[in-house]
Amino acid sequence: MSASKPLRLFIDIGSWLITVAITLVGLAALTFFIGRVLPIDPVLSIVGEKATPEVYQKVYLELGLDKPIWQQFIEYLGKLLRGDFGTSFSTSRPVLTDLLNFFPATLELSTIGLIIGVVLGVPMGVASAYWHEKWPDHLLRVVGLVGYSVPVFWLGLVGLFVFYYLLGWVSGPGQLDVFFVGVVDRITGSILIDSAIAGEWEIFFNAISHMILPALLLGYYSLAYISRMTRSVMLDQLSREYVLTARLKGASEFRAVAGHALRNAAIPLVTVIALSYGGLLEGSVLIETIFSWPGIGNYIYSSLFAADMNAVLGGTLLVGMVFILLNMLSDVLYRALDPRSREFAK
Amino acid sequence: MSVTPDLVVDPKRAVRAARWAEFKVFTRRFMRNPLGVVGLVIVVLLLFCAAFAPLLATHDPYLPSLTDRLAAPSATYWLGADELGRDIYSRILYGSQLTLLIVGLVIVTSAPIGLIIGAVSGTVGGWVDVVFMRITDVFLAIPKLLLALAFVAALGPGITNAALAITLTAWPPYARLARAEALIVRNSDYVNAVRLAGASEFRIIVFHVIPMCLSSVIVRMTFDMAGIILTAAGLGFIGLGAQPPLPEWGAMISTGRKFIFDQWWVATVPGIAIFTVSLGFNLLGDALRDLLDPHLRQRK
Repeated sequence: MSASKPLRLFIDIGSWLITVAITLVGLAALTFFIGRVLPIDPVLSIVGEKATPEVYQKVYLELGLDKPIWQQFIEYLGKLLRGDFGTSFSTSRPVLTDLLNFFPATLELSTIGLIIGVVLGVPMGVASAYWHEKWPDHLLRVVGLVGYSVPVFWLGLVGLFVFYYLLGWVSGPGQLDVFFVGVVDRITGSILIDSAIAGEWEIFFNAISHMILPALLLGYYSLAYISRMTRSVMLDQLSREYVLTARLKGASEFRAVAGHALRNAAIPLVTVIALSYGGLLEGSVLIETIFSWPGIGNYIYSSLFAADMNAVLGGTLLVGMVFILLNMLSDVLYRALDPRSREFAK
Repeated sequence: MSVTPDLVVDPKRAVRAARWAEFKVFTRRFMRNPLGVVGLVIVVLLLFCAAFAPLLATHDPYLPSLTDRLAAPSATYWLGADELGRDIYSRILYGSQLTLLIVGLVIVTSAPIGLIIGAVSGTVGGWVDVVFMRITDVFLAIPKLLLALAFVAALGPGITNAALAITLTAWPPYARLARAEALIVRNSDYVNAVRLAGASEFRIIVFHVIPMCLSSVIVRMTFDMAGIILTAAGLGFIGLGAQPPLPEWGAMISTGRKFIFDQWWVATVPGIAIFTVSLGFNLLGDALRDLLDPHLRQRK
């Protein structure tokens, strides 16, 4: 009430940025802890047990292990800020380069998964709220519970067995058939967009047939969450008096539900969808290993076996950062979209 | 001529009778939820399998038999045999012990840690609250499986390390929950009364705040079990959980992966086991939440 509007906004943005910064530093502190403090000897975990004393000494100094721990952490933060995630020992490229190479494929897969989840999940949630305690609601409950209970990597394997091996409806693991790999120039890193730009429609459809199964699985994964949240938000909205008013004024059922209730439910749903996007990035780690999808998840997985901690932690850091930013973004979106929180923001 | 014995009731007996009546009401309400009963049956079955695995098993779960490699399900091998000719049915039974072990380890560590951090944070308030909740938020903001994965990668694979790593990711929700309850309880009349009577903050937290958080923590725990089982199986699948020859279900799927097209049972059967058990915990958690959650109870 007292401060002027622009000042209020300025303070809001400022405190929001500080929250984001603290959370990101916290994330960095965790990866620092895991990489430097947790291993009994971080040098040995890099050079291996057969290293000569000279190599050992060199890496020891390179890591800055002779310095106090807080100074090491400050230096670590500084490196991260400059985009230096260390070097991957298995690919001997900078980890950040690797990550940026693999990230588009993950982003592509999880975006399509999210679209599937939203397109199916929101109507399902609305239907089960509308027919509360009737069969669509029970059906959704079962679908959701199965989604929460099934190991996603196992479902991927069974899916491959049934739809690729037995039925032959989809293509197998990988992003493309072998003879298509490397045909299209890499522009965006998304195989669908790149092949469309090049006009190679055969490759485009081949990519879709490879992508459809993992994307559907990821979509199912997010559908369970999205439909459940849609249901609870819609249940709340449908019992409000404005819906009754709309009906009394002669609005059709569809208009009352989709035009009035769903519009008001949309605001919290944006938050839900942003959050489930973050969940998909994580879910793609296991899915990618099953489908040999050349994304971040597969990169982390193969780095694990090469004992390549820089790559593992870099991948964790990147996914964690995206996850945190999505969280924060959903917070901002909520405030921007909801007129009440805009006016009464404290 | 004695009417008095009926009027003078032993207080201990009265309490016991009240508890018993409450329990009966609770059971009756629980029984009205068929899905919850299914969940309970699954969980009891899991406990039964784990306890009597040696009696129920038809083979030694570790004994390879090279002539029966990848044998299809039959009268001898009810669910088939794996790549070393070990009986999958027996391995699933013994695997239930490992599943329970991991879930147990995670629950007994993460729930108390979260409970204490949350209760202290909510009761003491001030900068302690700010610091604790910031830390909690950081942990909540990081994808669970990835954090656990990085953690085990640093510590080295194995069942205890996997449990430790899952604990590290599992405590924050409990802290949030306990803090929310503690904030409500903190200024309630009875806590103020105890405080006036000279109780220390420590005493208040342990004897008056934490007990109030327990029911919501228990509901949350039942739900979490399914998540813990899935994460543990995921770690096992990646190769960071239980190491061979232990019959951990996730690791069993991982070895069966190579034979998925020709000997589908090797990977499929352990997956069904994981699915059934986590479905059981989810159903049970759903039912318990409907019964115990004070917020839901008020609404009805």
